[in-house]
Amino acid sequence: MFEFDLLFPLGITHYLIGGLFIGFAVSFLFATTGLVGGMSTFFTSTWSFVSRWEFFNREAFVASRNWRIAYAVGLAVGALIWMLTVGDAFVTTISWWQLTLGGFVAGFGARLSNGCTSGHGICGIASFQLPSLLAVLIFLGTAMITAQLMQKFGGLS
Amino acid sequence: MRVAFFGSVLIAGALFGFGLSYSTMIKPEVVLSFLRFDDFGLLWVLGSASLTTMLTYQFLPRLLRKPLFDKSFREHAAALDRNTLVGAAIFGIGWGISGVCPGPALAGLGAGNWPMLFSLVGIFAGAYVQGRMMKA
Repeated sequence: MFEFDLLFPLGITHYLIGGLFIGFAVSFLFATTGLVGGMSTFFTSTWSFVSRWEFFNREAFVASRNWRIAYAVGLAVGALIWMLTVGDAFVTTISWWQLTLGGFVAGFGARLSNGCTSGHGICGIASFQLPSLLAVLIFLGTAMITAQLMQKFGGLS
Repeated sequence: MRVAFFGSVLIAGALFGFGLSYSTMIKPEVVLSFLRFDDFGLLWVLGSASLTTMLTYQFLPRLLRKPLFDKSFREHAAALDRNTLVGAAIFGIGWGISGVCPGPALAGLGAGNWPMLFSLVGIFAGAYVQGRMMKA
């Protein structure tokens, strides 16, 4: 028999329902504002408030920086609502240097690629964009290799 | 109109953050368990979110001429070039180091997972260096 439990030891219900919420969120954004909502651009467009560097002050970033902040704040608020209702508070045990280094590399890469798990992953796949689909396959591959090498040689959580 | 526009963005963000939390994607440990092949649940999150969004992107513009609070439906075209692919490979390495990507970093902080501040500092710094390497 197909070993379903082996692939999904925690079940799939919460994954499925959470994913539907995310899909509904991106759909709601599109229906009300027409915007295609990836997350990573926020980390570039926000620099336009404090940096004079021309790249950060491109029209596309300056024109979208305000709604991107609202979107980012919304993300944190939604998670707070989850914690206060059905969720449970938790603090990760991943080390601070892993979080900082991983964030730096992921931030650099996502902005070079112009998309991350939400932009290329959800929005890109949903709009049948071949570059995004390739990007997803590539980052899933390098992430799996990295995570497994870290576990094997680093002995890190 | 402005209030409705920004209010909608905020609500969409909140739904997104709630979904990321409910699916446990805001827990880096869960993401790492996927990347290490211990639990493939992340694929259900990506699958159900993408499928729902796909239906909306395909059918909504046929039902509505424009979004409720703005002038037109946007598209975000991804380019098939070196930066997109090399950037994706680098992004994956960072994602694999910590199990954190941009959305869950923001949502995780909202859920009280304060070490996500390290991730957010890292992501902002990475985005800054990338931007400084680009000519205007």
